Amino acid sequence: MDIRSQIAMVFHLDKCIGCHTCSIACKNIWTDRKGAEYMWWNNVETKPGTGYPGKWEDQDIYKGGWEKKGNSISLKGAGKFKGMKNLFHNPSMPVIDDYYEPWTYQYENLFEAEEGDDQPIARPVSLITGEHITPKSGPNWDDDLAGSEEYAKNDVNFKNVTPAEQEAMFQLERMTFHYLPRMCNHCLNPACVAACPSGAIYKRGEDGVVLINQKKCRAWRMCVTACPYKKSYYNWNTGKSEKCVLCYPRLEAGQAPACHHSCVGRIRYIGVMLYDADKIEAAAASNDEDLIKNQLDIYVDPNDPKIIAAARENGIHDSTIECAQKSPVYKFVKEWGLALPLHPEFRTLPNLFYVPPLLPTMAFVDESGTYETTTDSFWGAIEKSRLPMSYMASLFSAGNEEVIKNILKKLMAVRLHRRAETVGDLPENESKDAMRDVVMDKETADAIFRLTSLPLFDQRFVIPPAHREEAMEMLESTADVKGNTGFGFKEQPVRGL
Amino acid sequence: MSNYFFFIGLPYVAIVILLVGSLFRYLNFGFKVSSLSSQFLEGKELFYGSRPFHWGIIFLFFGHLVAFLFPRSVIVWNSIPLRLLILEVVAFGFGISALFGLGMLIVRRINNKRLWMVTTKMDVFVYVMLLTQIISGLWVAYFARWGSAWFPTVMTPYLKSLFLLDPDITAVAALPLSVKIHIVSAFTLIGMIPFTRFMHFLVYPFRYFYRPYQYVIWNWDRKKIRSSRKLVNGVRSKNN
Repeated sequence: MDIRSQIAMVFHLDKCIGCHTCSIACKNIWTDRKGAEYMWWNNVETKPGTGYPGKWEDQDIYKGGWEKKGNSISLKGAGKFKGMKNLFHNPSMPVIDDYYEPWTYQYENLFEAEEGDDQPIARPVSLITGEHITPKSGPNWDDDLAGSEEYAKNDVNFKNVTPAEQEAMFQLERMTFHYLPRMCNHCLNPACVAACPSGAIYKRGEDGVVLINQKKCRAWRMCVTACPYKKSYYNWNTGKSEKCVLCYPRLEAGQAPACHHSCVGRIRYIGVMLYDADKIEAAAASNDEDLIKNQLDIYVDPNDPKIIAAARENGIHDSTIECAQKSPVYKFVKEWGLALPLHPEFRTLPNLFYVPPLLPTMAFVDESGTYETTTDSFWGAIEKSRLPMSYMASLFSAGNEEVIKNILKKLMAVRLHRRAETVGDLPENESKDAMRDVVMDKETADAIFRLTSLPLFDQRFVIPPAHREEAMEMLESTADVKGNTGFGFKEQPVRGL
Repeated sequence: MSNYFFFIGLPYVAIVILLVGSLFRYLNFGFKVSSLSSQFLEGKELFYGSRPFHWGIIFLFFGHLVAFLFPRSVIVWNSIPLRLLILEVVAFGFGISALFGLGMLIVRRINNKRLWMVTTKMDVFVYVMLLTQIISGLWVAYFARWGSAWFPTVMTPYLKSLFLLDPDITAVAALPLSVKIHIVSAFTLIGMIPFTRFMHFLVYPFRYFYRPYQYVIWNWDRKKIRSSRKLVNGVRSKNN
C-alpha cells in the first residue's frame, strides 16, 4: 500500500449551462499570449459534437492514450520505440488547422480609416501571419449544433450506437444535447508524462498536478499525440508545449482554480482523493468490462484508520487527510457512486469525474407537444430516453450501459424523493420504491440533493493548505514574478534561435 | 597563411565555442533550448523534408565518425573493390537523401507564410551552411573519388593531430578546393551550434530509453517530512 493524495474534480453535467465562463477565466489568466492564442486549456463542448480539436476522441486518427497489450499496457502512438522513430515527423500529431487559426479584428481601422464613401469595418486578421483571413472554424463553433451534419453527425461516440437509434436521435422533436466542459484530467497514469522524451512533464507527488517544466521541454511534441484528451498544446511561438496547470499558484494559496471559481452554474467540485499507487498498474491494464470498477477502486476510504496511518507514513499532512474526509469528490465518486471518468478506455486514469446528465436523457415531447419531464413509472423514462444509453456509455463507461443506467436511476430517485418531500404530489410509493430500487436511504438522498443544489462555496471547494513552510517549490516568492512574465515563465519567454 | 587560419585556427575556435557556448546557453538560457519544431504549423510537407534530411545527415555523421575512429577497419573493408563500391554508393545515397530533404524543407519554409513568422535570421544561415556542406560533400564524393579510401589516410591523421594539440596540415593543404570548402564549412557548422537551433541534437533524449515511463517529483522528501530535524530550510527543488 502506497497512499498518495490527489486533487480531483467532479463536474455535474446537469448543472452546466454552457456559458463558457470557465474557458474565458482560464484564457484571461493563462493563454492570452502569442503562440497560445489557439489554446483552450479549458473548453466547453456540445455533445453530440466533434469537439476541439476536431474528433479528438478518435484515437484511430490521433493515436492518443494507452492500449491493452496482453496483461500490460503500452502507449498507442508514442513511447520509447513507437514515439522515437517518429521524432522527425510525427504522423498522428494534430496541426493548427485541426484546432483553428487564431484571429483578431482590426478594430483600430474603425477609428483611423480615412474618410471615404464606405463605412469602415474591422476585418479579421490571423494572429499567426497577420494577414486577412476568413475564419472557418473556432474552438466552440459546434456550440448547440447538436443536429448539424458537420459536427454532431461526425461524433466519434456514435460508433456503438445503432443506425436506427441515430436516425431517431436526429429527428427534430427528439434532438437533444448536453454540454461537456473539458480540461486536463491530471491523470494517475498520464500518457503525456510517459511520452515525454526529455522528461519535462512530471506529476507532483504532493497534490498530483501534472506540469510541464518549460526549461526542459525540447518540442519533441510527443505529449500532444499521447494525451488522448488533446489537452497538451504546442506553443508554436516559443517552441514549448503547455498545458493546464490546475492554477497551482491559486491552489497553493487555498483558492480554487479560476475555471472552478468562476463557474456560473456551480457545476464544479474540487477536493482531495487518497489513492493507492500500487493499484495503478493493474487498474490501467484491466479488461474493458472491469475498467470502471478497477479505476474507482484505486481511491481509498480516507476515514479508514489503516489508510490514515499509511497516509501519515507517506508524509501526507493531517490537514490534507482532513480535506480528503470532507472531499465532495469522494462523496460523488465513491460514497454515492454518481460520477464517472470521461473515456476510461483511454486508460490514463483521469481525475476529473462527470455526473452524467439526466435531463436531456429523460425529457421527451408527448403527442400534444408538451415537454414532459415526469412519467407514470419512474424508470419508464430511461427506456424512452432520447439520448441512447449506448452513447452515454461510450462517453463515460467504456461501453458499460448498466453503470450509466444505475447512476441515472439514482439521480431520478433523488428527484422523486425531493418532489415527494417538498411538493408532495407523487403517489406515496413512487419515491419509496425508487429509493429502494437503487438502495438509497433518505439521508443519502437529502445529502445528494444538498450538495447538488445548495452547496456552499466551501463545500464545493475543499482545498488543503499548501504548507509553504514545508514545500520547497513554494519557497519562491510568487510576488517576485508577478506582473512580469507570468508564473509559468521565470525568464522572458523568447523564442530560441 | 590562410591554410593556418582555416585548418588550425578555425577548428580550435569552433570547438572552444561549441564547448563553452553550448554549456553557457544550456545553463543560462535553458528555456531557449528547443528543437523549435514547426510541424504544428505545417505537417504534410514536413514529412518529405524532415525524414530524408535527418536520416541522411545522421548516417553521414556516423560514417565520418567511424572513418575517423576506426581508419584501419575502413581500409580493410575497402580492400575488396565491390565492398568499396557498395559503401560509396550507400553513403552517396544518404547524401542525396539529405540534400533532397533539405531542399524540401527550404521550399516548404519559403512557400508557407506561417513558417516565415517563426523563421529567424539564424535559421536562414543554418540553411545556407547546410546546403554548402551537403553540396560540397556530394561534390567531393563524386569528383574526388574514392572518399572512403583516402579519408582514413589523409583526414584521420589531420583530425587526430588536431585532437592531440599538434596540428599537422601538410596533407590537408594539398587537397582540392572542394574538399577544403567541405572542411571549413564543417568547422563553421560546429562553431555555430550554440547560436542556432542546432542545439537540439545536443539534448537528444537518450535518458528516455532507460527511464521508467512515469515520472513523479516530490518537492520534499515525503517520508522524512514528519521529522522536524530533517527539514532543511531554503533548499530549492532540483527541477526548478
